[in-house]
Amino acid sequence: MDFLKTVEDLQQLSAKCAGCFKAKIDGSDGKKHIVICGGGACASANSEQIKANMLDVLKEKDLLDKVTVDLGGCFGLCSSGPFAKIYPDDTLYTLVKPEDAREIIEKDIIGGEIVERLLYVDPAANKKIKKESEIPFYKKQEKIALNNCGVIDPENIEEAIGAGAFKGFVRALSMGRKEVIQEVLDSGLRGRGGAGFPTGRKWSFVPDVEGDKYIVCNGDEGDPGAFMDRSVLEGNPLAVIEGMMIGGYAIGASAGYFYVRAEYPVAVQRLKNAIKQAEEMGLLGDNILGTGFNFRINLRLGAGAFVCGEETALLNSIEGKRGMPRPRPPFPAVSGLWGRPTVVNNVETLACVPYVLREGAAAFAKLGTEKSKGTKVFALGGKITNVGLVEVPMGTTLKELIYDIGGGIPNGKKFKAIQTGGPSGGCLTAEDLDAEIDYDNLVARGSMMGSGGAIVMDEDNCMVDVAKFYLDFICDESCGKCSPCRIGTKRMLELLTKITDGNGTMEDLDELEDLAAKIKTNSLCGLGQTAPNPVLSTLAHFRDEYVAHIVDKKCPAHVCKNLMEYVIDKEKCIGCGMCAKNCPTSTISQTDYVAPGHKLASYHIDPLNCVKCGNCMSVCKVGAVSKQ
Amino acid sequence: MAHLNEAAVKQIEEICDRYKNENTPLVMILSDIQKEYGYIPLEVQELVSEKTGISVAEIYGVVTFYSFFSLKPKGKYVIGCCLGTACYVKGAQQVIDKFSEILGIKAGETTDDGLFTIDALRCIGACSVAPAVTINGTVYSKVKVDEVKGIVEKYQKGAN
Repeated sequence: MDFLKTVEDLQQLSAKCAGCFKAKIDGSDGKKHIVICGGGACASANSEQIKANMLDVLKEKDLLDKVTVDLGGCFGLCSSGPFAKIYPDDTLYTLVKPEDAREIIEKDIIGGEIVERLLYVDPAANKKIKKESEIPFYKKQEKIALNNCGVIDPENIEEAIGAGAFKGFVRALSMGRKEVIQEVLDSGLRGRGGAGFPTGRKWSFVPDVEGDKYIVCNGDEGDPGAFMDRSVLEGNPLAVIEGMMIGGYAIGASAGYFYVRAEYPVAVQRLKNAIKQAEEMGLLGDNILGTGFNFRINLRLGAGAFVCGEETALLNSIEGKRGMPRPRPPFPAVSGLWGRPTVVNNVETLACVPYVLREGAAAFAKLGTEKSKGTKVFALGGKITNVGLVEVPMGTTLKELIYDIGGGIPNGKKFKAIQTGGPSGGCLTAEDLDAEIDYDNLVARGSMMGSGGAIVMDEDNCMVDVAKFYLDFICDESCGKCSPCRIGTKRMLELLTKITDGNGTMEDLDELEDLAAKIKTNSLCGLGQTAPNPVLSTLAHFRDEYVAHIVDKKCPAHVCKNLMEYVIDKEKCIGCGMCAKNCPTSTISQTDYVAPGHKLASYHIDPLNCVKCGNCMSVCKVGAVSKQ
Repeated sequence: MAHLNEAAVKQIEEICDRYKNENTPLVMILSDIQKEYGYIPLEVQELVSEKTGISVAEIYGVVTFYSFFSLKPKGKYVIGCCLGTACYVKGAQQVIDKFSEILGIKAGETTDDGLFTIDALRCIGACSVAPAVTINGTVYSKVKVDEVKGIVEKYQKGAN
């Protein structure tokens, strides 16, 4: 690896690497390139073994100099992973197992034939699709933050440079600091961590003083159900590093800190590797590229506390203290890390910054709505066909997100709600499907953009139970510093538990709303101020479910155990006795009734001793057991 | 520091020295000790205090604040059941309940034989394979309640 002394050195390298990168994509080097998805889900399905097996076969066939195999970042369509993509053909193989490696190499790479059985099947048209670009999931997406994720080898800095890394940084270096901030302001980029504060404005708050200043990247992605930041850090760590360097240059910082969850070991390792490579090339350190700009990047790991995603708590955690929020003012821009001016930006925000500088503010601002520019990455999860990672322009409707991209709700179930913003957000319902996604629109509808977790729920999910789930999470994660959050959320959880246990009263709903209002206005930090949102939003949209729990003592979705029971349909029961055999409390017995057409008498569940484990339902072969 | 043997003392001192040049490295030191020993008992906190000059009270405060740090040793196999939203709406609660039922311990507890600990995790970012369970780093995807018994047995057999 060459040490880059000047901007020209970098530009020369960039031109050279761009040639190599182009050759990988269009095959002009006469080679085939295979990229295997190394994202979280695919890695857990052993995608590394696929790579190893492919290399073994290539070695055996003496093809190692004609075919390359890389492990890339997340491909996005996680529910169909692991993937293997073949360049330059753009063939995408899905649901690949390690034992498929040989067939792909022998049939496709050597034989030039498509392995039909591994192609993606479009469920809507029931048709096999060969090319990635033709899969509906990818069609409406626009990749800025996820640019090059799943394309480049995240451990190879030269390939990243060939794909455009550091071009934004070089342009920033040619501009004055104020101009860089103005460019980011003009782009309309807003913080992707959830609150949506304009990034350029945040940078402009940092005073022009001598001495240490810091830029911190918030990679403490704690929102359950969100994995955007993880995927960006794993798939293209240099994009975030470059964004941090540009921000550091703009505010005059001498050092940057990454704060990443310890739960993301792969992201941490890729980040470490990328920082090391950048240091070795002289892209980090003293007098970078001969411009006199000094900048170093350090890495700190979280230790499992959700509240550390709050910026002042995060700063305390970096300082080796309990991660509790600080009262504001002073804001971190004035007094942050070790009392020095500090900017805290989210991973996805920083990943967008190089694009803004490279392509210009106007190119970024072209996408999106009036007040929310650019794109947003969402982690689609829950009851949706295409679980995965998507990046769409702001202004895309929820319907497009859930149905066109997400493929709708599986198993013929009905869409009930989509929860955005995690424990700080709220749910949006069928009425909101035509709403355009942007910061202000989602807030107006009682939810929020949040960091990008989007959990889809169907008719089998109980909204009271979901609200309770979030409250339980908040109670667990409340740091305990201020009493509205510490005690208030606990009281709310007790009320919700009372309701789901079947002991609730209508007055409890009033009390929930009263507590919620007080917690929102009196808590110290964002965690407490938004903690009641899931309850308020489910109360607003699904009050009838709460009422059903309280008045009818029924859980309409049959989730809350105290308010539902298992019942055997005596007409459907064939009397095989499997349910009785598997019942842990022996509360199922045979009756005298033989349904017409059946030979054996049906079974019956005595609700008195039933512990509602659900064994009977899972073992019944004829579907005679149901929840009521 | 009666319970710490010489090798452990040496290693903990070495961990403290590792971050000598860092500003406020307490969380980093504790993370390394947790990784190395699986828990951070009071004796170790006293030693870290001696080495770094940070009071034991403050160290204890930090250890008990973060869920990654543990005062007690964990089991040989740590069963991490993801209870993130995506897993929860797909039935993760039933999965963790089943582990609890089979092993006779609640989340956060360790079996008497020191073999298993159940941890309730908050989203490991494996939402597309929900509900997910990790056991000592191995991820089990789309775990069904009736698979739990087999998973536990596999580790019980492996241990004997």
